[in-house]
Amino acid sequence: MSFFRKFTEGLAKTSKNLRDKIQEIFRPGAVTEEFLEDLEAILLQADVGVRATQEICESLRLESKKRAIRSEDELYEILTAKVKEIFDAIYQPLKVSEVNPTVYILVGVNGSGKTTTIAKIAKLWIDQGKKVIVAAADTFRAAAEDQLAIWAERVGAEIVSHQHGADPGAVAFDAARAALARKADLLLVDTAGRLHTKKNLMEELKKIVRVVAREIPGAPHEVLLVIDGTTGQNGLSQARVFAESVDVTGICLTKLDGSSKGGIALAIAKELRIPVKFVGMGEGVDDLKVFDPEAFARGLFSKGS
Amino acid sequence: MKSRKMAFENLAEKLAQTFKRLRGKGKLSEKDVDEALREVRLSLLEADVNFKVVKEFVAAVKERCLDSEVLESLTPAQQVIKIVNQELISLLGGKARPLDLSGNPPVVIALFGLQGSGKTTAAGKLALHLKKNGRKVLCVSCDVYRPAAQKQLELIAERAQVGFFTMDPNTPPEVIAKKGVEKAISAAQDVVIVDTAGRMQVDADMMEEARRIKEAIDPRESILVADAMTGQEACKVALAFDEVVGITGIILTKVDSDARGGAALSIAKVTGKPIKFVSTGEKLEDFQVFHPDRMASRILGMGDVLTLIEKAEAAFDQKKAAEMEKKLRRKEFTLEDFLDQMKEVKKMGSFGDLLRMIPGFGRAHVDVDIDPKEWVKIEAIINSMTPLERRKPEIIDGSRKRRIARGSGTQVQDINRLLKQFFQARKMLFQMSSPEKTGRFRLT
Repeated sequence: MSFFRKFTEGLAKTSKNLRDKIQEIFRPGAVTEEFLEDLEAILLQADVGVRATQEICESLRLESKKRAIRSEDELYEILTAKVKEIFDAIYQPLKVSEVNPTVYILVGVNGSGKTTTIAKIAKLWIDQGKKVIVAAADTFRAAAEDQLAIWAERVGAEIVSHQHGADPGAVAFDAARAALARKADLLLVDTAGRLHTKKNLMEELKKIVRVVAREIPGAPHEVLLVIDGTTGQNGLSQARVFAESVDVTGICLTKLDGSSKGGIALAIAKELRIPVKFVGMGEGVDDLKVFDPEAFARGLFSKGS
Repeated sequence: MKSRKMAFENLAEKLAQTFKRLRGKGKLSEKDVDEALREVRLSLLEADVNFKVVKEFVAAVKERCLDSEVLESLTPAQQVIKIVNQELISLLGGKARPLDLSGNPPVVIALFGLQGSGKTTAAGKLALHLKKNGRKVLCVSCDVYRPAAQKQLELIAERAQVGFFTMDPNTPPEVIAKKGVEKAISAAQDVVIVDTAGRMQVDADMMEEARRIKEAIDPRESILVADAMTGQEACKVALAFDEVVGITGIILTKVDSDARGGAALSIAKVTGKPIKFVSTGEKLEDFQVFHPDRMASRILGMGDVLTLIEKAEAAFDQKKAAEMEKKLRRKEFTLEDFLDQMKEVKKMGSFGDLLRMIPGFGRAHVDVDIDPKEWVKIEAIINSMTPLERRKPEIIDGSRKRRIARGSGTQVQDINRLLKQFFQARKMLFQMSSPEKTGRFRLT
């Protein structure tokens, strides 16, 4: 690059910077450095993560240059709309198969709330008069089958389970056959909690999905990754690795009845484009809600607690 | 596979870059330190350290940086890392703190925490740990809410070969706890571990119940069980539990994830209580005493070299290891050694787990884990080779591959895969063992 061009380009840049600065100072807007600092604090403390937080702050800064934003209320409206936009762009309704059974497989790290979520989803369907079978493909954790069996009885679902320690693929196979034979509307497959860093366990998960896909054409209709709402930045890693292994179609964000806001779901939506489908709001069997991006956004920006 | 490199993966490298940029200007100023500390701040936030804790922490580090010789130093990045590391370690409790098992037996240990943090599994692991140290342990389940939670602990206790006690789920948990301790006294147990139901810190009724349990049994140790993958809420959770039951220590679970584990720092900072153990795997044995220095390195994204060394030492035959080291220095590594190593690695758990503790591999998912079924195949293949082929695998050409495949009842692809793995492992081992390469993580 010639010296002359460099010089003029540099000059142009400086004058543009200067212009922006002056505009910033004289614009009677609400996007002040203080506001952005507050916003950053809110987002970081909601587990949205550094990168997504910076991007949101930056986009707001740009927006404020295009038009005068006069009040903080207006700012939060814009922010809420922005968050909603991120989720709306990747929205996918929950898939329901035209031919029975519909099959959902729930996956996730240990303790994220898979079994409880299964019970809640089963309840949603059963309340609509549907027949639900649950598959106890967590044959690893002590008493996992018992836990699911108790839930199944409470909500009125049928259960397919094997001995503790049995091949989870075999459980999935039997459950798929049973769902077809008994003309179930929905088959829910519970899987063992596994950390995404365990390669062998991720292979096992792939096998469960394969078995189900082979037995029931079009299945699984959803592979739902259950993520604990208190999860930090590791949630991104979880989502990434599970999605690479088994093609996750949606996220169930659990335990939002605590004080956490589940901001990691926003980071996941932004970076990996995986939508949230359900949120778990408590231990009661009816405490499962279809995800509402606007409510989520408002929760995120609420300064409470 | 997509690259998993994160923006702030390695603080050490980032800092080195920042200072390199600043170096040209001669003596460093306070502003330069601020810029470097910005990287520290981002790195800690990425590691899930609580926002407010980060703020205070960075302020403290800054003060020390300005006081010390960082500004004058020729290696400011190293100095900053050193200070950050020291501060982290001291916040994490300085050194490993054992359980308080003093006084008249039975010593009562109660576990509290959020749902899904891993209390029941931790109860079993702690029981096994204490049993291995010669204690008689009784596990008591007071979780009358989660379906089959009592059964779960019963099965785990059975596996750990320790005692178990619970009562009908209609019994108030504090009564079960109390009876459990009485049972431990009558059965002359040394330790009684009381597992409680998971509860949200915002659930007033359940927190009140936790208080009743605590009052009923007056535990020597009230342990908060916390998930290493927890985000910003870790502080609030820890504070709330501390306020209600007065926690004496922490067990950090799921440390075998790739979470950087900033929650550990948040909890330690706000409660001032030590982390005592970490839970690191699916097996009951995967439970270790907490080492603040190792956690500090991990939060900083610098790997966990000490644990690696210790784990390897525990499993490797010392003499063999010394031989191996000599060989590696001479850049010798044959398929026979590979077979030996695989045997050793099998003793230690997954090879991938080990590699993840090495700096730089910290967050990588190294593709070297071997399925137990694969293992049999590998042995068969290597055993079907001639001694020369084992020592010089480079000579294995197409016709040799076909012969080996026939001999071992495998396919040529299997041989190819094994050789690829072998060459990969060899390359890595040479890198790890060559002195000039250790400089890879040296700063500036």
